[in-house]
Amino acid sequence: MGVTAILFWILSSLALLSAIMIVVSKNPVHSVLWLILVFFAISGHYLLLNAQFLAIVNIIVYAGAIMVLFLYVLMLIDLKKIVDPQRSLWIKLVGVATGCCLLLVLIAALSKADQTTALTQTIGGNIGLVENLGKILFSEYLVPFEISSILFLSAMVGAVVIGKK
Amino acid sequence: MFFTAIDYWIFLEKAILILAVVSISLVIAMYATWAERKVAAVMQDRRGPNRAGPFGLFQPLADGVKLFMKEEIIPNVSAKFLFVMAPALAMITALMTSAVIPWGSSVHLFGRDISLQIADINIGILYIFGVISLGVYGIMIGGWASNNKFSLLAAIRGASQMISYELAMGLSLIAVLMMTGSLRLSVIVAQQSEGFFNWNIIYQPLGFLIFFICALAECNRTPFDLPEAENELNFGYHQEYSSMKLGFYLFAEYINMFISGVVMATLFFGGYDIPFVNEAAWGNHWWVALLGCGMLMTKALFFVFLFMWIRWTIPRFRYDQLMNVGWKKLIPLALINMVITAAVMLFFSK
Amino acid sequence: MQALTNRLKLVNRKPMTFVEKLYLWNILKGMAITFRHIFKRKATINYPEQKRTFSPVFRGLQVLNRDEEGKERCTACGLCAVACPAEAITMEAAERSSNETHLYREEKFAARFEINMLRCIFCGLCEEACPKNAIYLSQTFAPSNYSRKGFIYKKDDLLIPHPKENPDAYAKALGERKKITN
Repeated sequence: MGVTAILFWILSSLALLSAIMIVVSKNPVHSVLWLILVFFAISGHYLLLNAQFLAIVNIIVYAGAIMVLFLYVLMLIDLKKIVDPQRSLWIKLVGVATGCCLLLVLIAALSKADQTTALTQTIGGNIGLVENLGKILFSEYLVPFEISSILFLSAMVGAVVIGKK
Repeated sequence: MFFTAIDYWIFLEKAILILAVVSISLVIAMYATWAERKVAAVMQDRRGPNRAGPFGLFQPLADGVKLFMKEEIIPNVSAKFLFVMAPALAMITALMTSAVIPWGSSVHLFGRDISLQIADINIGILYIFGVISLGVYGIMIGGWASNNKFSLLAAIRGASQMISYELAMGLSLIAVLMMTGSLRLSVIVAQQSEGFFNWNIIYQPLGFLIFFICALAECNRTPFDLPEAENELNFGYHQEYSSMKLGFYLFAEYINMFISGVVMATLFFGGYDIPFVNEAAWGNHWWVALLGCGMLMTKALFFVFLFMWIRWTIPRFRYDQLMNVGWKKLIPLALINMVITAAVMLFFSK
Repeated sequence: MQALTNRLKLVNRKPMTFVEKLYLWNILKGMAITFRHIFKRKATINYPEQKRTFSPVFRGLQVLNRDEEGKERCTACGLCAVACPAEAITMEAAERSSNETHLYREEKFAARFEINMLRCIFCGLCEEACPKNAIYLSQTFAPSNYSRKGFIYKKDDLLIPHPKENPDAYAKALGERKKITN
């Protein structure tokens, strides 16, 4: 077992453990902190795939900005006042059903797993480096890239409109 | 076996380098507290610390001992684990930035070329941004875990301030990145080290100004020290902290100052380049690298002094002014700077 | 309305010029001012090594005076206590016995004499009021203390050292302020 494999297992187990802790922990602030840990583990995975740009952007955007906003909102809530609401049987059933759907999707995706493992390359690949990523984004995928930026713009406009009200 | 293929010397080399960088940052942070008091004093026609040792030079040691001796107080109603973790987080994020900074040109020692940079990664600047953006957590978690409304308000202020100014900071750097064409800090320094007129400050004065203002805000220094505004928030996010946990927060601020000084020197002022001198002609000696390293330190310490100078000159902004400056002034300015740089580059490349 | 003083200044409410709106220029001006102050003379002195000289009219801690033979001058007349605006002085009179003539100048003396230094405002009216030159204000100030009790100065704390037994301390305590003869 090489260093990469060892790191992979450590990071995977860390990611899974923290992901479980997000769901399990009672305090939403703790959940957010576990989520940050998940992002770090995922960034570690990106690094193993030699996708440094993705790794660091994942940290800057998700761990550094979005999660801060999450925390921001959660800190302003008086956590003591939130009592775990008793959910009805109907809601529980719906929850189980959606969970099963997600499981189905995951299994369907993983059933072609041998194909995905063939596609991913560890350290040798350099598709995730800034230069290559930038070239691909601004040539091959220019239109989707710009459209996604318009999506963000619309979200911003929406936020401003709501804020002005 | 895989492990035999690893060059073990590189571990030793990097370990020594990390140890050196961390301890130098800590010592500089220690003496920055002394310098802060001294600068404050001389600017207000006072004398400053002068009792402990010559010129009060042992004052930081005395302060450190005092902080260690103080009673540890963990509030009963705090989130205990997070309360203890938060100052450590602040310290870690403050120290982590130094990993990608090229402290000097490479040294030829013991038959090996030793680079004076802990990690020469090709996303150096982004790494710095990533770590800076994580710096908020020390403040936020500390403020929240204290279970004190003033701490919480301060933490929220700190977080929103840092997120706001990170944007302008990033945008101001894009112009520099367009000119250098690399995110690798060693490349950025190498491009500037050909002479004084290759320094980025010559081409990007506005970019530097924006970056500098944002650096002040990111370090929570006056005029942007809203998270510690004593007259509104008592003591800010570290109100409930005592002993060395408080010391960690205070130290982290000074380390942040030093590191941001180093980053500014690296990005805009030629890093370890000695101005008006062609040090490359002197050959690859260890003392040339050391001299370059000293030059970088001098530049960084000048910025630290500048931070202090500003602190003891300008009163702090009001909160709405702070947000106005960040969002309505600095971000548009940075965008304009970026567009102008791009246009000029396009014009000259044709 | 008539101005009370001639120091009236009109507030300038002109809209800011472009340079002022930039703030940077004014910030630089402010920084130049603070920088200039680095080289200015420091107002602080190194206290225990250097001490500021008091002005000749400085009014400090009270001292109960003796004459040159070491007899206490105070006759416990109470004029100082009456004159004291802060009511800091208390005293109790006693009659001198025949074997105490070397201790007290007159037949009546102060058996108890207290000044509450927390009340005292060091106005010097006690000194003005005293017909016997028995009390005067010296050029030292009351040292700090841990308890309120310590600030109530008894006769032991107030009396000047004996001029015969301890002439140096007497001269020092007498200070520049009073050269009393008679």
